Formats: sequence, C-alpha cells, structure tokens
Amino acid sequence: MDPLFTVTVYSENQVGLLNQISIIFTRRNLNIWSLTVSASAIEGVHKFTITCRTSQKQIEAVVKQIEKKIDVLKAFYYTNDEIIYQEVALYKVQTENLLDSNDFEELVRSSHAHIMEINRTYTVIQKTGHCEEIQDLYEKLIPYGVLQFVRSGRVAITKSTEEKVSRFLAERAEVGRNVN
Amino acid sequence: MNEYSGSEILLKSLLEEGVETIFGYPGGSIMPVYDALYDYQDKFHHVLVRHEQGAVHAAQGFARACGKTGVVIVTSGPGATNAITGIADAMIDSTPIVVITGQVASAALGSDAFQETDLIGITLPITKWSYQIRRAEDVAWAVARAFYIASNGRPGPVVLDFAKNAQVEKTTFNYKKCNFIRSYNPYPNIDNSLISLAVNMINNAKKPLLIFGQGVTLSGAEKELKEFLDKTDIPAAATLMGLSALPSDYKNFKGMLGMHGSIASNIKTNECDLLIAVGLRFSDRITGTVSTYAKQAKIIHIDIDAAEIGKIIPVTLGILGDAKTVLSRLTNGVKEAKHTEWLQTFEEPERVEYEKVISPEIYPTEGPINMGEVVRFVADASQGEAIVVNDVGQNQMLSARYSKFAKPRSLVTSGGLGTMGFGLPAAVGAKIAKPTRQVCLFVGDGGLQMTMQELGTIMQEKIGVKIIVLNNTWLGNVRQWQELFFNERYSQTRLQNPDFQQVAEAYGFGHQRVIERKDLGDAVEKMLADPDQPYLLEVCVVEEGMVMPMIPPGKGITEIMLNEHEWYSKS
Ligand SMILES: Cc1ncc(C[n+]2csc(CCOP(=O)(O)OP(=O)(O)O)c2C)c(N)n1
Ligand SMILES: [Mg+2]
Repeated sequence: MDPLFTVTVYSENQVGLLNQISIIFTRRNLNIWSLTVSASAIEGVHKFTITCRTSQKQIEAVVKQIEKKIDVLKAFYYTNDEIIYQEVALYKVQTENLLDSNDFEELVRSSHAHIMEINRTYTVIQKTGHCEEIQDLYEKLIPYGVLQFVRSGRVAITKSTEEKVSRFLAERAEVGRNVN
Repeated sequence: MNEYSGSEILLKSLLEEGVETIFGYPGGSIMPVYDALYDYQDKFHHVLVRHEQGAVHAAQGFARACGKTGVVIVTSGPGATNAITGIADAMIDSTPIVVITGQVASAALGSDAFQETDLIGITLPITKWSYQIRRAEDVAWAVARAFYIASNGRPGPVVLDFAKNAQVEKTTFNYKKCNFIRSYNPYPNIDNSLISLAVNMINNAKKPLLIFGQGVTLSGAEKELKEFLDKTDIPAAATLMGLSALPSDYKNFKGMLGMHGSIASNIKTNECDLLIAVGLRFSDRITGTVSTYAKQAKIIHIDIDAAEIGKIIPVTLGILGDAKTVLSRLTNGVKEAKHTEWLQTFEEPERVEYEKVISPEIYPTEGPINMGEVVRFVADASQGEAIVVNDVGQNQMLSARYSKFAKPRSLVTSGGLGTMGFGLPAAVGAKIAKPTRQVCLFVGDGGLQMTMQELGTIMQEKIGVKIIVLNNTWLGNVRQWQELFFNERYSQTRLQNPDFQQVAEAYGFGHQRVIERKDLGDAVEKMLADPDQPYLLEVCVVEEGMVMPMIPPGKGITEIMLNEHEWYSKS
C-alpha cells in the first residue's frame, strides 16, 4: 500500500478554495482520506489538513500545484513521523447494554476515552487518538451495540522547530511594505 | 465624488490597464456593459467576433503577438461556455488573457436562472484565477488583480464572472493598480548558489545542449538567450512553443524538438552530457517515453513555475526564476567556450534529415504540391518577417518546421491543447496586435471549418490576414496515424469540402486556388502584395502526405521514422 501523507495548506479566506484544492486531487484520481478545514491560529488565514495515500512523487507534485493557486499561502506534506496528529471520534451506545456489563468502565478507562453524556436510552463516549486506536475502540464497543459512530478528519502539528508559515507571512509583509 | 455604474467602472478600469482592444460578443447578462461601451467607442476598439471561442482565440493571438494581456467580454451561460476551449488553451499555453463573462444577478445565483452556469466551477481548473464580482465596489479591485495575475510570473487566463446587479449598481471610482498579492509571489528570488552550481556544470560540460520553450519569449529573454549561446557556443533547440525566440538562421540553432522535430535535436538530447532546459515543461510531445529520456545527462531546469521543476523529469539542478534574469546571470558567470567537435556530430543526422525528409518535402520536382513546399514559398517570399499563425494538424507541424523566423513572437500556435480552429481567430488577434506585419495563417481544410465563421469578423473589421488553406481533403494528421498505426483503417477522416473559393468570394476577399506547382510562386506574391487586405489562398496539396520525421507515440526520442518504411539509424 502507498504511504499515508498529511498535507497542510494555509490560504487566504476566500470562497471556493476548498474546491480549488480538491480538484488537484481529483485530477490525479487521488482519494482524499480525511479533511479538516478551519481558521488557523493566524488571523485571516485558513488551514486545511488533508490525508491521502499515494506515492512520494505524486504528493510532491500535488503540493506544488496546490501552492501554485493564487490564494494559497503555503502548502506542505508530511509523513506520520514528522507530525503530532489526532482525530476525535464519538460513539453512541445503548445505555441498558452498558448497565449489565462488568468491564465497560475498564474499557473506557484503558482506552483513555470520556463519557460525554448518559441518559436512559444512550451513552455518548468520546475519544481522541490515532485512527487505529479509534477503530480499535469501535470494534470493542460493537458487542454493546453501537448506534452511531462518527470520526473527524485529522488535525496535525509539526515536530519541526521552525514556523514556516509565520516566517513566510513576515517576509511577504516586508515585500508588501516595500512595493506600496 | 461621482458615482458610476459597475459597467462603466469596468471600462474605466480597463483603460487604466492600457487596454485598447476588446474581443467580444454581447448578450442578455452583459448588456449593461455593452450599453456603457456605447459611450466609450472612441476609447476602445471592440472586435465583434462570430462565436465566443473566436473571441478568446483572437485575444490569445493578440497577446502572443505583442505580449500584452488580451481582453474578452462575453455574456453568461452559452456565451461563457463557448469561451471555455480558448480559456483552456490559454491555460496550458501560459497566455495572458482576462475574460469577463456576464452572470445573472447575485440574488439569482444558484437558482438555475435563465442563462446561469456555474462558470467559476467550470473554469477553476483551467484558469490561473477566477473570481465572481457580486458588488460594484469590487469591480476596480478585481480588474486590477486580474491584470496583475494574468500577466505576471507564469502568465495565464483569468476569468471575471460579473453578476448583473454589480454591472448596474453605482459606486465611486478609485483605481489602484495591483502590484502585490500576499499569497502570490510571481518573481521568486533567484538563489545565487544555484547559479554558481550551474555555471560549474556548464563550464565542465563537454557535450552540452540547451533546449528552450516559450518561457524565453514570455520573460523577454530572447537577447539573453542569444548572448548565452554566443559566449558558450552551445547548440540549442526549441519546443514548438519556443520557436522564433531565436532566429531560424542562428548558427547554433538546431531546430524543433519532439515528435516531428529535427532528428539531430532529439538524438543529441540522448547523447549530451548536460541538458539545460529553459522555460519549458517537458511535455510528452517533447520527451517521448520518459523512462528513456536524457538518462545519460545531467539536467538543469530553469523555470519560473516551481510546480514544473521535477514534475516530469527528475533534474540534477532546478533553478526557480525567470529565464531573462537567470540566463543573464549564467552568461556573466560562464567561461567562453568552443564546442566545435560536439557541434560537428550534429552534421550527420542533419544531412540524413535533409536528404531523406526536408529536400523531398520542400523541393519536390514532380507529383502534387507538398504542404512543406507551400510553407517554403511563403517563407522565402516573406523573408522571415511575417508572423506565422497556424492551426492544428499536418499544416501546423509543417509550417512550424519550414517557416523562417527572424523576429521574436513570430509563431502563434496552439501547443499544449492542440486546438483545431485556433488558427483563424488567432490570426485576427495577431494582425490587430501587429498591424504593420504580414500575418500568414496556415490552416487545414478541417481546422478552417471549425471556426470559419470568423471570416465574417475579418470582413467586417477589414483585417489583412493571409489565409493559406492547405487543402488535402483529409483530416490529414489523423489520417497519417490511421495509415501508420491503425492498419490504414480510415475511419471518419475523409472530408467533403465546400468550394473555399466561393466562400472567400462570399466574404469579398481576394482569393486564388493553386493546383499546379508552376503557379505557386506567383500566387504567393499576389497574396502578399497588399498587407492590409485579407486574402485566401487555397493550395490543393498532396492528399496522402505525411509529416516526417516522426517519433511514434510511446517510443523513445531516438526511435525516429524517416518515412513509412525507414527508420533513422546512425551510420
Ligand atoms: C478541436 C479538435 N478536435 C479534434 C482534434 C484532433 N485532430 C488533430 S489534427 C486533426 C486533423 C486536422 O485536419 P485538417 O485541419 O484538415 O489539417 P491537416 O492535418 O489535414 O493539415 C484532428 C481531427 C483536435 N486537435 N482539435
Ligand atoms: Mg486537411
């Protein structure tokens, strides 16, 4: 199987950017595995975190073509060992099934999950972690009867000590001051 | 402060950008703009085309001939979708154009209103930037940005989708040219350490070859290229899009690369020890099979688009920057050199090509007229001073191979998209951009009929283009492939044509049909006599001609056919 890459894209907050980015994957018939879009820590800058399985050569070309889009500030790709990443998942389980169980509490504890809500009908459990851990808990909950299970896309932070986007924005601001 | 409608602001903004010519076609959703244009007729030359595809190709021809951004105005829905082929062509061939399309009023967007199409959605993948203007306040800003983006860095098409309410709403006008976009740096800093590395590689190369594309023309680096070659004595070859950046008779110019390129330039690509690629994108028409392309060579790739470096061919050294600056820095750094022995090795393939391909194509003594022969007559008569425009097919390859170029920006062709129907409208744009130069269009009988309606534009605008129809009664290029690779199964490639003489007559153009070789010289003279008058010269050429040499699709660049039966092999 091809390796999993995490692509992060920083862009201006413009209509249609998601479309502009996603068509670059579509064109090469690449499947986006997960996608998270939100405001970044920098005001006015949007951040996309995309995971995709493909070859190194493809992902490199994709990232360059994303960065080429006028409203994109910077785009990067990482392998799992270069980032700290998390997903969050919610599981909805029938409460009465849990009441009869002896090891449910232990399961939640050992999975580092939290109970978000309990009522007579259902219980909502939340877990953050890596994809495999989230899947693992899901499988362990199946015997209790899972009513709903949702997982988020990935969020990621680089291990590098260099903040490339901030540096890029500072450089561009400097250029902008000089031309105007 | 005075208030103006969004439509008038659009026109005022175009004036601020120095626009004088607009190629367009009116319709419901752009009528306020056309109404405003009524008061600006002395400021703009609006060329009324006959089909929106023609408007875009004309704007492309204009931009390619003079380097300025071409401007198109069309209506929404079908007007806008008719423009798509041209936009895609401009995208792949890096042509600066701004296409303004009408759009339904903002309030109706998304409701399937009359003549609403999601033009932003359609054009996102084929534009450098596309933007929907929904408020009159945004018009000036969007136009300024559009021109900045279209013409800077690696040029390309920009679409401004102009909602009808924004065309009529009023606001103040305060134009500020765009010279900076935070997220887009069109001219990245050139890394001088890479220049030093390249200089070393060039100084140490024994068998260097330089190949160049349109990047040289786009950055205005024709002089810098020649100075570099003068100093280093390195042989150079062009992609189709690069042609005319060097004069055809330049001593070290080795012709066109690729599928129908010169034998020497292709063979030597796979023999050189250093390949210097300037402003090109290693299209498959140039590389043939990538896995056998220039494997022996160190490769330096100079391009302004970071996404092109390493996209197709792994390179030893990628230099991000514009061709003009990089070439002049390289010229400063490199040692003067002579490559006499290496250059001598080009002579053998050049001799074979001349004897087996060129001479029989352009100097035949019997049989029907050849396409290449017609091109040779026009080239001789115009002395390399003409702007050559061509369509797509055999006519394109032969006019690219056998035209003579003395000045930059002298070939206007549809390279990356290979758009049949490009030629005629592109010639219109080229002639408007350069009215004092001869503009000679080579077009096939098939391609002419793809945008033949633009003859009406030529008539109404009295545009002195010289239309040379190379009539072989076939979709010749496809016929050639069917003969060579599909067992002579001529599926849907024979054409029954109208009488092109009567067509020309209907539009009031001078015209002539030539069937015999002895009449060709005079006919070409006559055609070129008055550069201000349109003229249609139809030459009935050999029906089953072949463009040679040819690297068949799927083959490496050293596997070259000389004709149907013979392959090039080194003697
Ligand atoms: C719009 C479009 N449709 C189809 C093609 C495929 N095509 C390439 S060359 C060619 C034949 C061109 O025939 P003609 O214009 O007569 O030129 P010739 O090759 O005979 O010189 C065709 C059909 C194309 N390039 N563009
Ligand atoms: Mg033909």
